[in-house]
Amino acid sequence: MEDTGNILFSGVGGQGILLASEITVYALLSAGYDAKKSEVHGMAQRGGSVTAQLRYGKKVYSPLIEPGCADIQMAFEMMEAVRYLPYLHAGSKVIVNTQKILPPSVATGQAEYPKDVLQHLTERDIVVVPVDAFDIAKEVGEIKTANVVMVGALSVFLPIDPAIYEEVIRTRVPERFRDVNLQAFAAGRKVSE
Amino acid sequence: MTKINDKSLWMSGNEAIALGVHEAGVKVASGYPGTPSTEIMENLSKYKGVYTEWAPNEKVGLEVAIGASFAGARALATMKHVGVNVAADPLFTASYTGVCGGLVLVSADDPEMHSSQNEQDNRNYAFAAKLPMLEPSDPSEAKELVKLAFDLSEDLDTPVMLRITTRVSHVKGVVEKGEITASHAACGIQKIPGKLVMLPAIARKRRVVVEERMDKCRELAETAEFNRIEEGDTKRGFITSGVSYLYVKEAFPEAAVLKLGMCWPLPEKKIRAFAAMVDELFIVEELDPFLETHIKAMGIECRGKDCIPNQGELNTAIVRQAIEPDSGPELFEPVELPQRPPNMCAGCPHRGIFFNLSRMKVFVSGDIGCYTLGFLPPLSAMDSCVCMGASVPIAHGMAKALGDDGYNQVVSVIGDSTFIHSGITGLINTVYNNSASTLIILDNRITAMTGQQHNPTTGYNIKGEAASSLDMEALCRAVGVKHVYKVNPHDVVETRRILKEAVELQEPSVVISEAPCVLLPEMKERKPVSYFTNQENCVGCMSCIRLGCPAISWTPFTEGEAEERGYRKKQKGISKIDEILCNDCGQCASLCKFNAITRGEGK
Repeated sequence: MEDTGNILFSGVGGQGILLASEITVYALLSAGYDAKKSEVHGMAQRGGSVTAQLRYGKKVYSPLIEPGCADIQMAFEMMEAVRYLPYLHAGSKVIVNTQKILPPSVATGQAEYPKDVLQHLTERDIVVVPVDAFDIAKEVGEIKTANVVMVGALSVFLPIDPAIYEEVIRTRVPERFRDVNLQAFAAGRKVSE
Repeated sequence: MTKINDKSLWMSGNEAIALGVHEAGVKVASGYPGTPSTEIMENLSKYKGVYTEWAPNEKVGLEVAIGASFAGARALATMKHVGVNVAADPLFTASYTGVCGGLVLVSADDPEMHSSQNEQDNRNYAFAAKLPMLEPSDPSEAKELVKLAFDLSEDLDTPVMLRITTRVSHVKGVVEKGEITASHAACGIQKIPGKLVMLPAIARKRRVVVEERMDKCRELAETAEFNRIEEGDTKRGFITSGVSYLYVKEAFPEAAVLKLGMCWPLPEKKIRAFAAMVDELFIVEELDPFLETHIKAMGIECRGKDCIPNQGELNTAIVRQAIEPDSGPELFEPVELPQRPPNMCAGCPHRGIFFNLSRMKVFVSGDIGCYTLGFLPPLSAMDSCVCMGASVPIAHGMAKALGDDGYNQVVSVIGDSTFIHSGITGLINTVYNNSASTLIILDNRITAMTGQQHNPTTGYNIKGEAASSLDMEALCRAVGVKHVYKVNPHDVVETRRILKEAVELQEPSVVISEAPCVLLPEMKERKPVSYFTNQENCVGCMSCIRLGCPAISWTPFTEGEAEERGYRKKQKGISKIDEILCNDCGQCASLCKFNAITRGEGK
């Protein structure tokens, strides 16, 4: 229970970041941790860069992660894995969905999507865990479980028994999607293990 | 809200406040949506036993709550910080009347301006209106303090303000369920003109009561548990409130802290005692030096805004480094990446209007809503935006300043909910004082920016039950506008023709842009139809690209690629529609002159 941790979720508005962070929180709470999570609503949600900050431990006061102190980042888009670099430190782990979503300047031909963008992380000794979450979700049989694939990939780095996650998925997901979500979670875990 | 076990829930600050309001036995609640306050009323509307509503603006919302309080019920009004400006008129005088049933106003402030036009510090309202203000640090305390606020309101005969900030509203944490309590007052009509009719002679008497009440509140603040000294290392002591308390606890966990759950009025004796305990006293607060100014006025030596920033949010690192410079870890520098600003959704009806405005030589006086995003490139079609409803009078004022040349140079743009909120009076003024500006009302049948709330135009109330629906055209005609047009903004070319006609008129005109928000549930459930690019017909003119639609992207050709693929040698690239993202609005197709965009099923 001495473990405390800071997880930064990042992506693009509408990618379902909040759901993935919620499943992770339920597992942490079930395992007996205190937690706080900070989200931003309103204007930022309209297709812009979005983050959620999750902190857990024996007792959590601040809902915000200090710069340089994110142990793990869950990035749902490649460029959004790099945007929050000042929050990371050497040895931070970045789990990244290998998806590209073009920002307006790129989509309208004004700018280019940066090449080898994840190199900014690896050259600073940040551990990158790429996850082809959409492909894996498709193989599992339901593209909408890409989020849960990511949660699975994250779970390997958290001090929580996988059985707790499975219980969370069993109790929180509607019955007809239960099995496919459990499979997505297991497939995500395999990527990180 | 999620149940962890029988007693504990995982919920946001706003959900916790709704629970606290339910547990406090509140009967009537009214408010206007505004980030970060919106979810309080949304969640409260799901509880039984409390009447909830969306008011057309914050002034009306607070006045409804005052009325319910006068009838003896516990009542709540919710709004964002700038909404309190709108509600300030009734607020300052409700301070004189006091209450019958407990009355609480929640002000949700937005330091850092995550979703706001300013970051005013509404603690100043408590001082100015002479009202008690409670300020929780996290969801759990928010629930406790809002309950307590109703007791305090009835015990002291005063409206009470609860001030929260974005990092309380939209933070989730563990909250314990509590007992449901009841109002101390009984519901019913009471005729007490000496308390409720604020004529000068009566108001002067109530003015005395206000001071007596605040003295009582000061005494209560000395002994109340929510103003607590947490003992610790006295080398440095901290006085703090709200979310700043959390940052102090993390940055200096060993230090002595005076945690103020009530930020107005202040417990002077307790503050003096704490100041005497510690070697050096720091006041840690976001935005204005509110506590600091009042503590310094007591003649107490302390430090605050000489080291703590007076702009934006704080966090643990800012607090630590303000007091112990060079104490933080060395940070990675950010790398330069293409920005990803928020954007209007694919298929958003506002795009059709702003695309046209970007091609007209007019000054666009804008307003508050999703459509403020019309400011961003590539449309860049908004030239001013101040506050709710301001677009209409600002355009009128500009037209008057420009004189005879002004009639076709200025237009104002406002959403349906914002027009109802405070645009109507501006339009009445425009007509009455004989302006010639054009008002464009973006009627998308919902209050979209704050996450799809109903309003008087939508035909539904907060619970989704059928309600009357305001006739926008009839309203405009009733206030005296002779030229009222309706356009389908997705037909970009026809919209342009009508906009030009309206702007050239030498009398006031209104153009109502009618098309529903694509995020409405009924829009999402439509048959999956999309527009497709017939890439063989695309000549790379970029007409569709200039809409800035997230579903349309540009693929530049590499050298020689154009000829290889059978295009003109000089063609620089082609556009492509992502049929997954496409929301079937057809604006791009109405612009394409080369038959390169067609509509089809089966996306």
